Amino acid sequence: MATAAAHHTAQTAGAQADGGQGGVRQEPLVDTAAYERAFDAAVAAEERVEPRDWMPDAYRATLVRQIAQHAHSEIIGMQPEANWITRAPSLRRKAILMAKVQDEAGHGLYLYSAAETLGTGRDELLDKLHTGRQKYSSIFNYPTLTWADVGAIGWLVDGAAITNQVPLCRCSYGPYARAMVRICKEESFHQRQGYELLLALSRGTPEQHAMAQDAVDRWWWPSLMMFGPPDDESAHSAQSMAWKIKRHSNDELRQRFVDICVPQAESLGLALPDPDLKWNEERGHHDFGAIDWAEFWDVLKGNGPCNEQRITQRRRAHDEGAWVRDAAAAYAAKHNGGTGVSRG
Amino acid sequence: MTTPGSAAALALGDDALVLSHRLGEWAGNAPVLEEEVALANIALDLLGQARVLLSLVGDEDELAYLREERAFRNLQLVEQPNGDFAHTIARQLYFSTYQHLLYAELSAGDGPFAPLAAKAVKEVAYHRDHAEQWTLRLGDGTDVGHDRMGRACESLWRFTGEMFQPVEGLDVDRERLEGAWLDSVENVLRRATLTVPEGPRSGAWQAGAGRQGLHTEPFGRMLAEMQHLHRSHPGASW
Amino acid sequence: MTNTDWPLWEVFVRSRRGLSHTHAGSLHAPDAELALRNARDLYTRRGEGVSIWVVPSSVITASSPDEKDPFFEPAADKPYRHPTFYEIPEGVKHL
Repeated sequence: MATAAAHHTAQTAGAQADGGQGGVRQEPLVDTAAYERAFDAAVAAEERVEPRDWMPDAYRATLVRQIAQHAHSEIIGMQPEANWITRAPSLRRKAILMAKVQDEAGHGLYLYSAAETLGTGRDELLDKLHTGRQKYSSIFNYPTLTWADVGAIGWLVDGAAITNQVPLCRCSYGPYARAMVRICKEESFHQRQGYELLLALSRGTPEQHAMAQDAVDRWWWPSLMMFGPPDDESAHSAQSMAWKIKRHSNDELRQRFVDICVPQAESLGLALPDPDLKWNEERGHHDFGAIDWAEFWDVLKGNGPCNEQRITQRRRAHDEGAWVRDAAAAYAAKHNGGTGVSRG
Repeated sequence: MTTPGSAAALALGDDALVLSHRLGEWAGNAPVLEEEVALANIALDLLGQARVLLSLVGDEDELAYLREERAFRNLQLVEQPNGDFAHTIARQLYFSTYQHLLYAELSAGDGPFAPLAAKAVKEVAYHRDHAEQWTLRLGDGTDVGHDRMGRACESLWRFTGEMFQPVEGLDVDRERLEGAWLDSVENVLRRATLTVPEGPRSGAWQAGAGRQGLHTEPFGRMLAEMQHLHRSHPGASW
Repeated sequence: MTNTDWPLWEVFVRSRRGLSHTHAGSLHAPDAELALRNARDLYTRRGEGVSIWVVPSSVITASSPDEKDPFFEPAADKPYRHPTFYEIPEGVKHL
């Protein structure tokens, strides 16, 4: 961004690359309007915003929140699936599941790093998660009650996430877009894994088929809720769309997801639990039934089956790990003079 | 099916299978996100080794999910519960050092395990390095870490002798292996400012230990969890 | 733990076919040894990076960052990581 690059000289001396340890600081300027016009024009022209470019405070704040909440979702999302690692019914499935959960940790790492380029450290973001000031995707407040739930999460939850995430690969903020490219490539293995797992169950014994159908019955509607409230109730969407942080509306993505899932469900030999689901020739899309938004808001507020459990486990892992992190930091200080830069 | 190597394949395969399972229990609970990735990495490597080794003997899932405790041939060391991170790292230090030395020797020979060992040795070199790096940091970081690591090393010391018991079909120089293991482990512990434990390195039960199918109480509970779903659907495919 | 105890590191990876190191991302580690190992775990799980550099973010002086996109190489021995490993019946779309 040529015009905003000249703005570098106005930044506080000592500002560090990409958010490092002190974060990027900006001094108040006389004429932000000019920078704002240049910023808006660049975004409209599909140019990428990079960490040291000038950006409106609200853009920065929105991005930090969105990227952080995405990162939190990845690490909280590890829990419902890790729940089945020790009971995976074959060694092949165990390996696949362990790799998937590992990827989720990795995605969390990529995303926290992207958020950090905006000047907020991981510690601060985790603190916000632990105290409820930042959220994670509400889908993970539901329990994985059977092995088939692992498949349902792969097929439906990861499927919905991919539908949401692919457009983000073209998001205006460079580090976030690049993290999304890497994540999307890894995520497609996750979805296929889930689909294949359900297929094996659906084609298996009557008990296995029933297990798969029961899981789909419980995960379908919450997956549709992953796309957020209906467009006419979604407060922040317009600004996010203008900034090209959000590229499609909630309802648009939800419809896209339904249309993709219907034929996939047929191939699986499993029913989707919606009697109102049917192809609408005029619209060229599937009509589907009414979502229970009361449940959505209630779970979001903290009343879901697993909200407390997820945060408690997350906090416990963090607290119990404190002595480990401290030990490593102390060792580094003793042996590297405290800078983290090794001698020789 | 009993072939000349099957007792050894089972022993080495069960070691990898059981330790992989224990490491899998850390998912979602690791002390820092970077360690989630690292521990899963090790667990996946071990699971891969287990699958190859068990497949030499029979069907990998039948062996993993349908044997009773008394038929498993893993060391008692690897079935010990994770405990805190120090316990896990102490267990890794002891076992990975052994595994690395063992596979290095097997890959240099021309026995039946040479090809597998040649591939696995690269993986376990990394596991050993990970354990050593963490032993140093836990031992020589803070007092809290030092105390925890010291306790962990002491408490697992008595399981370390079993690694050098003879295994039918495993043709290695056990004395040399044990000497190298002791040198290496003692060296790392000292660099970590930890005391080398002094107690016995095996139990007093003449009947034997893990290699004889005599395990510790937590192992039965671990197996129950591991096998339950598979056993609940006899004959099913997954 | 504070940010300064486990500082941020930038990771650069050169793959076998690559001519130079490209920026892969960043991570936290207390020191260079762990940073290198964490980078290997995080950024080369699906392939073999030939060379990894880790640099504390704080010592990088940047004009404007020139981050390149990450480079992927398939790993032969963990096929289940790759979408092509799964058998999906013909005609099922969007997977």
